[in-house]
Amino acid sequence: MLEALSFEFMQNALIAGLLVSFASGIIGSLIVVNRMVFLAGGVAHTSYGGIGLAIYFGLPIFLGASIFSVSAALLMAYLTLNQRERIDIFIGLIWAVGMAIGIIFVDLTPGYNVDLMSYLFGSILAVSSDDLYYIGILLTFIIGIVTFFYRDILAVSYDSEYAILRGINVKLFYTLILVLSALTVVIAIKVVGLILVIALLTIPIYIAEKLSNSLYGMMIVSSLLSSFFTILGLFFSYTYDLTSGATIIMVSAISLFIFLIINKIR
Amino acid sequence: MSILNIKNLSFSYDKQNVLENINLSINEKDFLAIIGPNGGGKSTLLKAILGLVKVKKGSINILNSKPEKNLSKIGYVPQNTNVNINFPIKVIEVVMMGHVGHKRPLIGYKKEEIACAMGALEQVGMSKFADKKIGSLSGGQRQRVMIARALCAHPQILLLDEPTASIDVDGQKQIYDLLKVLNESITVIVVSHDISVILGYASKVAHINKNLTFHDISNKKNNIPNSDTHFCEVEMLELLGTKIDKVHTGGNCKC
Repeated sequence: MLEALSFEFMQNALIAGLLVSFASGIIGSLIVVNRMVFLAGGVAHTSYGGIGLAIYFGLPIFLGASIFSVSAALLMAYLTLNQRERIDIFIGLIWAVGMAIGIIFVDLTPGYNVDLMSYLFGSILAVSSDDLYYIGILLTFIIGIVTFFYRDILAVSYDSEYAILRGINVKLFYTLILVLSALTVVIAIKVVGLILVIALLTIPIYIAEKLSNSLYGMMIVSSLLSSFFTILGLFFSYTYDLTSGATIIMVSAISLFIFLIINKIR
Repeated sequence: MSILNIKNLSFSYDKQNVLENINLSINEKDFLAIIGPNGGGKSTLLKAILGLVKVKKGSINILNSKPEKNLSKIGYVPQNTNVNINFPIKVIEVVMMGHVGHKRPLIGYKKEEIACAMGALEQVGMSKFADKKIGSLSGGQRQRVMIARALCAHPQILLLDEPTASIDVDGQKQIYDLLKVLNESITVIVVSHDISVILGYASKVAHINKNLTFHDISNKKNNIPNSDTHFCEVEMLELLGTKIDKVHTGGNCKC
């Protein structure tokens, strides 16, 4: 593993893995406490539409996917704020239509032969320096928002009705959490891929929830856990020549299993 | 002095009338019990007082202005405090949500806000639990924390929706005893099913079933058995029906 670190692609992979771990630790905590996991899953798959569009129009993938999934998040926020009881229908709809758009645009792209699998299972070993900048800026933005608006986000997440009574703009923060989730999902796709992104946004978070007694504690613990799982996953992936995204998720899942057993025994 | 004034309030969801022509005037340091059957409009009235539903017909005034203008004057304790109990949040953080965040610092909470929240916890006898996770408390303890959260902004009215719905009998008595103490300085409004217990503490009773029937029982306390625990509700209903003056009755008092 150590000699592998001399390769630039491996260094980039590690840095990207750590940055994405912190972003997904923070945002994953918000998603889980707000019970938005299915919603985030919808946004994740919708972003595939953005990938398809970006490929067709020759745009940078991150940009295309970000714009598309943020639009989807805004639409989702608008629909679910007004008709909460139909939330699952809307999620399913946007989920499917987003993916369909992606697949059709990839079909339409002339001479397209990029490996589609790389978006389904991630391509952490192909992270460029530009990607790192994008991920770094996004993480800084997320940390900034969560730091300055912590008390509002906490109030909206814990008891949104009470937050309204305290004069907090609940709709704004609900939308903000969804938009940040969309952006985080897009960068996490690069690391673990579309199919596994939800695992990264839930497994470390679930362990962290049991270990922490405050939301920011949960964010820190899940960020550290994600980092640990990502590094360990990358190590196994490199050593045994396995798909990196899937390996990271398996490491997380096995750790969760061990954690639950220890928790039961105690 | 009148602290809450409701005039000719009607409210409907779609075409179904939930509240019809409600008139209610509550003075400072009153202890009002709102009782009535399920679906009778108790919760809707509460939401209207809080400004959570838009009132189209009639008016609600709190200290002579609209409820939305007086957010910090009303302390609210919601009905179900068992939701979100896995949420990783400390008791003190829950209480600090009660602050209305106008003069907030750039990051986190001010020292005064923390001190104030601790004071509120002290008032409800829960200061020892400040750093505990909210999910680790019992139902009754959690209810006290929610009362502390409502007290945090120093309200003049405390509104509680079914505060003892999921609490055992001992816990219920503790909550009501606490409300009695708080009532020495603030107005208390409680929505409750638990007629037999609440009547031992309330000074005014409003029965709501679309229409409102009002009783002032502040001078009739002696007629009602000291209700530390449950007693026969039929007996009590007879007491209420025969011995209590009917003020503002709509003529069809059933309570």
